[in-house]
Amino acid sequence: MEIFKRYRFFALTLGVILAIMAVNVQIGLKAVNLTLLSFKEMIVVIPPVFVLLGLLDVWVPRETMVKYMGEGSGLVGILLAIILGSAAAGPLYGAFPIATVFMKKGVKLSNIFIFIGAWSTTKIPMFLFELSALGAKFAVTRLAIDIPGIIVISYVLYSLLSHAEREEILAKAESL
Amino acid sequence: MSDYVLYVITTILLILSYFRDKQKTKMALKKAWKAFENILPELLSVIVLVGIILALLNPYMVSRIIGNKSGWFGVILAAVIGAITLIPGFVAFPTAAMLLQGGAGLMQIAALLSTLMMVGVVTAPVEIKYFGKKVTVVRNLLAFLFSFLVAAVINKVVG
Repeated sequence: MEIFKRYRFFALTLGVILAIMAVNVQIGLKAVNLTLLSFKEMIVVIPPVFVLLGLLDVWVPRETMVKYMGEGSGLVGILLAIILGSAAAGPLYGAFPIATVFMKKGVKLSNIFIFIGAWSTTKIPMFLFELSALGAKFAVTRLAIDIPGIIVISYVLYSLLSHAEREEILAKAESL
Repeated sequence: MSDYVLYVITTILLILSYFRDKQKTKMALKKAWKAFENILPELLSVIVLVGIILALLNPYMVSRIIGNKSGWFGVILAAVIGAITLIPGFVAFPTAAMLLQGGAGLMQIAALLSTLMMVGVVTAPVEIKYFGKKVTVVRNLLAFLFSFLVAAVINKVVG
């Protein structure tokens, strides 16, 4: 029963595809093809990301993460969060489970938000694609606004959370 | 390309880990599987939803409604389209270049790309599962607003 409950929304989305298919076969097939395309991306990116997070969880001691990215890690923590996020590959949903392990290891919440922000928009592999598709001026300008933007957004987000809310998020990570 | 690098690094680390401590490596893989299984239903739903949304959007129509004369209204529309959809970067950038050639405006494309990468409406359920409602809503909202700044700056510097 548990399985049915967890996957009911997924079943619903499949139902929507079938419904579209019934109305317009062409659009329905297009939706199926696009779904398969993202599915392929997920299959390619997800296994190494999750294996890495397992290794990180087992091998990197909490004290190390706290020292470099925890409370009081200052500029080093911010820089590491940007570098780790930018070195990533894959869609944003890959960042969340890694962020969870970071939280368990005592990384400061504001650095977690910076990591998520960097992953979402300053990824190095993506930057190379952007460079070739839209030109250096476009890509570099966007990167130059994005880095301070990510930091500001993270601190605003962090400061909008009460102490209790921060604790609650960290406790949630512990349970996942 | 970047995927291969990720695989090579992961494989090397996994082998190293195995030689250092078999038991710990087993535990790492177990944790990896548990974390993956935990999020699988949300991931699958997101993927199908994205397929549906992209199938309903048509590039010709999109480049017309966010044309270079569409102004801030076009920027808002572009930002909303980007916020809802989720396209892998290696598809998004060439598509953006194509839309530009098809008559879309620079400022509008900058907003589209920015929200595409930073704002995730369809991935919100996944984000909520990890961070809760408040963080998800506020983060996405801030990133959405920030995209207008990105659009304005790109327009000024590149345009």
